[in-house]
Amino acid sequence: MPSKYRSPVLDRRSFVKIVSTALGSMMAAIVGLPAIQFFISPALTKTVGDEWISLGSIDNYPMDIPTMFNFTLRKVNGWEKSSMSYGAFVLRKEGEDPVVFSDVCTHLSCRVSWDDEINQFFCPCHAAFFDQLGNVISGPPPRPLDQYEIKLEGDQLFIHLREG
Amino acid sequence: MAENVFSWLDERLGLKTIYDSILDRKVPKVNWWFTLGSASLFLGVMQGITGILLSVYYVPTPDHAYDSITFIMTGVQFGWLIRGMHHWGASLLIMTAFIHMLRVIFYGAYKYPREVTWITGVILLICALGMGFTGYLLPWNQRSYWATTVGTEIAGTVPWMGDFLLRILRGGPDLSALTLSRFFSLHIWIFPAIILTVVFTHLYLVIRLGISNVPDQDS
Repeated sequence: MPSKYRSPVLDRRSFVKIVSTALGSMMAAIVGLPAIQFFISPALTKTVGDEWISLGSIDNYPMDIPTMFNFTLRKVNGWEKSSMSYGAFVLRKEGEDPVVFSDVCTHLSCRVSWDDEINQFFCPCHAAFFDQLGNVISGPPPRPLDQYEIKLEGDQLFIHLREG
Repeated sequence: MAENVFSWLDERLGLKTIYDSILDRKVPKVNWWFTLGSASLFLGVMQGITGILLSVYYVPTPDHAYDSITFIMTGVQFGWLIRGMHHWGASLLIMTAFIHMLRVIFYGAYKYPREVTWITGVILLICALGMGFTGYLLPWNQRSYWATTVGTEIAGTVPWMGDFLLRILRGGPDLSALTLSRFFSLHIWIFPAIILTVVFTHLYLVIRLGISNVPDQDS
């Protein structure tokens, strides 16, 4: 090649190297970045739940014994419409407002049940025990059982379900 | 005749060279502990074969996953065998791979120049555990549902980004059809693709560097 056509800064080899690296990276990014977004997309969609659930008349719940109330909610995850089941424990004490616990263990989200004989909540997954007021007695949970915000209208009990 | 066919192919494909360098390569005098890598490879191939067979009947949706596996177990001839091999082979593979790793540790076989072989091995172990975690959900029974609930919650305890990781794993805040299908995709496409690539690198390095001696008193 006559020297007048030869670039003083870049020879042909380096030029091809730079161009193919640039084109290659561009093609990788064009496919790769949307691919990442594609994969994590459901994690970025915020789902908000905010409603009051009726637990019926407060008179249905005995004193001093946490009593289970089950309810289901219709939920949509992606394309799937399903009913998710929830559990709440209602605890009434004489002369106090009722307390409603979530049955989701604060350790790793297994479901707790109330054991009448030992007078404790019990989670079977990693042997966690909570007392009547939801405090951790033993096992791995980092905090007491979560409580729902409650509302009484006459004798009707409601809990506030918030998600997202 | 067969010899002619072979030499015709060998001349073009270099079959004898491949055979010599892979199967006839020189190895030091070793013991039975050195068979665990091959055992893991064999079990891995078996997981691949039985897994492909299971995908003939298995359907990864909440409505059908459990029923399709019940069908494999009760309605398909030898379904119990194929699924049983996949089920037990998975645990066996983790065991052989783990003992294989212990051998490498105790014999010091991870040292120069085999560090990269070790690193690829660690990647393979992590992928094998990932295969176990994703595969466990697929039957969509009570045990797999709650195991995955707990497993993804563990990811959720990571500081700062825990909730985000949990949502990525589950494909949303709850375990759902999205969780099942993405675990299925990870289990049959993404992890196998990584594993295949890394296994070939691992084997290439084993052949390129040769295997290490059993250490003696001097070493």
